[in-house]
Amino acid sequence: MILARVVGEVVSTQKRPQFEGAKLLILQPETPAGAKSGASLLAIDSVGAGRGELVIAVLEGRAAGEALGRKLAPVDAAVVGIVDAVEVVESQS
Amino acid sequence: MQLARVIGDIVATRKEPAFVGVKLLLIQPIAADGQDIGRPLVAVDSVGAGAGERVFFVRGKEASFPFHPTEVPTDAGIVGIIDHWSTS
Repeated sequence: MILARVVGEVVSTQKRPQFEGAKLLILQPETPAGAKSGASLLAIDSVGAGRGELVIAVLEGRAAGEALGRKLAPVDAAVVGIVDAVEVVESQS
Repeated sequence: MQLARVIGDIVATRKEPAFVGVKLLLIQPIAADGQDIGRPLVAVDSVGAGAGERVFFVRGKEASFPFHPTEVPTDAGIVGIIDHWSTS
Protein backbone atom coordinates (compact mmCIF):
# COMPACT_ATOMS: atom_id res chain seq x y z
CA MET A 1 0.00 0.00 0.00
CA ILE A 2 1.07 3.57 -0.53
CA LEU A 3 0.45 6.96 0.99
CA ALA A 4 -1.22 9.40 -1.37
CA ARG A 5 -3.03 12.72 -1.38
CA VAL A 6 -6.50 13.00 -2.91
CA VAL A 7 -6.13 15.78 -5.48
CA GLY A 8 -9.23 15.41 -7.63
CA GLU A 9 -12.17 13.46 -8.93
CA VAL A 10 -13.15 11.92 -12.25
CA VAL A 11 -16.66 11.94 -13.68
CA SER A 12 -17.52 9.22 -16.17
CA THR A 13 -20.91 8.21 -17.56
CA GLN A 14 -19.90 5.50 -19.99
CA LYS A 15 -18.03 2.90 -17.96
CA ARG A 16 -18.04 -0.72 -16.87
CA PRO A 17 -21.07 -1.47 -14.68
CA GLN A 18 -18.88 -2.37 -11.68
CA PHE A 19 -17.98 1.32 -11.41
CA GLU A 20 -21.61 2.44 -11.01
CA GLY A 21 -21.99 4.46 -7.84
CA ALA A 22 -18.30 4.21 -6.99
CA LYS A 23 -16.29 7.36 -6.48
CA LEU A 24 -13.20 7.63 -8.67
CA LEU A 25 -10.45 9.73 -7.14
CA ILE A 26 -7.24 11.19 -8.54
CA LEU A 27 -4.37 10.42 -6.18
CA GLN A 28 -0.91 11.93 -5.99
CA PRO A 29 1.48 9.52 -4.25
CA GLU A 30 3.48 11.13 -1.45
CA THR A 31 6.47 10.25 0.64
CA PRO A 32 5.95 10.02 4.42
CA ALA A 33 7.47 13.52 4.58
CA GLY A 34 4.77 14.86 2.29
CA ALA A 35 6.69 15.29 -0.96
CA LYS A 36 5.18 14.29 -4.30
CA SER A 37 6.37 10.89 -5.43
CA GLY A 38 5.69 9.73 -8.98
CA ALA A 39 2.77 10.14 -11.35
CA SER A 40 -0.84 10.61 -10.37
CA LEU A 41 -3.22 7.67 -10.61
CA LEU A 42 -6.91 6.85 -10.28
CA ALA A 43 -8.38 4.77 -7.49
CA ILE A 44 -11.88 3.81 -6.48
CA ASP A 45 -12.90 5.01 -3.04
CA SER A 46 -14.35 2.65 -0.48
CA VAL A 47 -13.94 4.72 2.67
CA GLY A 48 -15.45 8.11 1.82
CA ALA A 49 -12.21 10.02 1.27
CA GLY A 50 -12.30 13.56 -0.02
CA ARG A 51 -10.09 16.08 -1.70
CA GLY A 52 -7.04 17.16 0.27
CA GLU A 53 -6.97 14.11 2.51
CA LEU A 54 -3.98 11.82 2.94
CA VAL A 55 -5.01 8.24 2.30
CA ILE A 56 -3.73 4.67 2.14
CA ALA A 57 -4.21 3.05 -1.26
CA VAL A 58 -3.75 -0.50 -2.51
CA LEU A 59 -2.22 -0.84 -5.96
CA GLU A 60 -3.19 -4.39 -6.79
CA GLY A 61 -6.19 -5.77 -8.58
CA ARG A 62 -7.47 -8.42 -6.24
CA ALA A 63 -7.22 -6.19 -3.18
CA ALA A 64 -8.88 -3.30 -4.99
CA GLY A 65 -11.70 -5.55 -6.14
CA GLU A 66 -12.24 -6.75 -2.60
CA ALA A 67 -12.34 -3.17 -1.35
CA LEU A 68 -15.02 -2.39 -3.92
CA GLY A 69 -16.88 -5.54 -2.96
CA ARG A 70 -17.97 -6.39 -6.48
CA LYS A 71 -17.15 -9.52 -8.42
CA LEU A 72 -14.97 -9.29 -11.52
CA ALA A 73 -14.49 -5.56 -11.10
CA PRO A 74 -11.83 -4.31 -13.54
CA VAL A 75 -9.99 -2.19 -10.98
CA ASP A 76 -6.32 -2.05 -9.94
CA ALA A 77 -6.28 0.59 -7.20
CA ALA A 78 -8.47 1.49 -4.24
CA VAL A 79 -8.39 3.86 -1.31
CA VAL A 80 -8.67 1.70 1.79
CA GLY A 81 -7.99 4.15 4.63
CA ILE A 82 -7.80 7.79 5.58
CA VAL A 83 -4.63 8.72 7.45
CA ASP A 84 -4.97 10.60 10.73
CA ALA A 85 -1.25 10.93 11.39
CA VAL A 86 2.09 9.68 10.11
CA GLU A 87 4.93 9.30 12.55
CA VAL A 88 8.36 8.71 11.04
CA VAL A 89 10.74 7.38 13.67
CA GLU A 90 13.70 6.53 11.48
CA SER A 91 14.82 9.30 9.17
CA GLN A 92 14.84 8.37 5.48
CA SER A 93 18.14 8.15 3.70
CA MET B 1 -6.22 3.08 -12.99
CA GLN B 2 -4.79 5.94 -15.01
CA LEU B 3 -6.04 8.69 -17.26
CA ALA B 4 -5.23 8.34 -20.94
CA ARG B 5 -5.96 9.75 -24.35
CA VAL B 6 -6.91 7.42 -27.20
CA ILE B 7 -4.44 8.15 -29.98
CA GLY B 8 -5.22 5.40 -32.46
CA ASP B 9 -6.40 1.91 -33.13
CA ILE B 10 -4.69 -1.34 -33.95
CA VAL B 11 -5.62 -3.84 -36.60
CA ALA B 12 -4.20 -7.34 -36.24
CA THR B 13 -5.25 -10.33 -38.28
CA ARG B 14 -3.01 -12.99 -36.78
CA LYS B 15 -3.54 -12.97 -33.05
CA GLU B 16 -4.52 -15.01 -30.03
CA PRO B 17 -7.98 -16.48 -30.71
CA ALA B 18 -9.34 -14.80 -27.57
CA PHE B 19 -8.66 -11.41 -29.20
CA VAL B 20 -11.13 -12.08 -32.03
CA GLY B 21 -13.81 -9.39 -31.92
CA VAL B 22 -11.96 -7.39 -29.27
CA LYS B 23 -11.11 -3.79 -30.11
CA LEU B 24 -7.48 -2.83 -29.57
CA LEU B 25 -6.69 0.84 -29.10
CA LEU B 26 -3.47 2.77 -28.80
CA ILE B 27 -3.51 4.99 -25.74
CA GLN B 28 -1.19 7.62 -24.26
CA PRO B 29 -1.28 7.81 -20.45
CA ILE B 30 -1.69 11.36 -19.17
CA ALA B 31 -1.29 13.04 -15.81
CA ALA B 32 -4.03 14.99 -14.05
CA ASP B 33 -2.65 18.18 -15.62
CA GLY B 34 -3.11 16.67 -19.10
CA GLN B 35 0.61 16.14 -19.78
CA ASP B 36 1.70 12.89 -21.43
CA ILE B 37 3.39 10.47 -19.06
CA GLY B 38 5.36 7.47 -20.22
CA ARG B 39 5.06 5.77 -23.55
CA PRO B 40 1.91 4.81 -25.47
CA LEU B 41 0.52 1.34 -25.01
CA VAL B 42 -2.05 -1.01 -26.51
CA ALA B 43 -5.21 -1.63 -24.51
CA VAL B 44 -8.38 -3.64 -25.07
CA ASP B 45 -11.60 -1.66 -25.12
CA SER B 46 -14.87 -2.69 -23.50
CA VAL B 47 -16.71 0.63 -23.31
CA GLY B 48 -16.80 1.78 -26.95
CA ALA B 49 -14.01 4.33 -26.76
CA GLY B 50 -12.57 5.97 -29.86
CA ALA B 51 -9.69 8.12 -31.03
CA GLY B 52 -9.44 11.52 -29.36
CA GLU B 53 -11.42 10.55 -26.25
CA ARG B 54 -10.18 10.83 -22.69
CA VAL B 55 -10.53 7.49 -20.94
CA PHE B 56 -9.37 5.65 -17.88
CA PHE B 57 -7.78 2.23 -18.04
CA VAL B 58 -6.86 -0.58 -15.70
CA ARG B 59 -3.61 -2.51 -15.67
CA GLY B 60 -3.05 -6.19 -14.93
CA LYS B 61 -5.15 -9.30 -15.10
CA GLU B 62 -8.24 -7.30 -14.16
CA ALA B 63 -8.15 -5.78 -17.65
CA SER B 64 -9.57 -9.08 -18.93
CA PHE B 65 -12.54 -9.15 -16.52
CA PRO B 66 -14.97 -7.33 -18.85
CA PHE B 67 -14.62 -10.28 -21.25
CA HIS B 68 -15.26 -12.95 -18.62
CA PRO B 69 -15.51 -15.94 -19.04
CA THR B 70 -13.25 -15.51 -22.09
CA GLU B 71 -9.68 -15.24 -20.87
CA VAL B 72 -8.31 -12.43 -22.99
CA PRO B 73 -4.51 -12.28 -22.68
CA THR B 74 -4.25 -8.56 -21.99
CA ASP B 75 -2.52 -6.43 -19.35
CA ALA B 76 -4.33 -3.15 -20.03
CA GLY B 77 -7.97 -2.35 -20.66
CA ILE B 78 -10.07 0.79 -21.09
CA VAL B 79 -12.91 0.64 -18.57
CA GLY B 80 -14.45 4.10 -18.76
CA ILE B 81 -14.82 7.19 -20.92
CA ILE B 82 -14.27 10.41 -19.01
CA ASP B 83 -16.81 13.23 -19.08
CA HIS B 84 -14.53 15.53 -17.11
CA TRP B 85 -12.18 15.60 -14.17
CA SER B 86 -11.20 18.23 -11.68
CA THR B 87 -8.15 18.79 -9.55
CA SER B 88 -7.41 21.11 -6.69
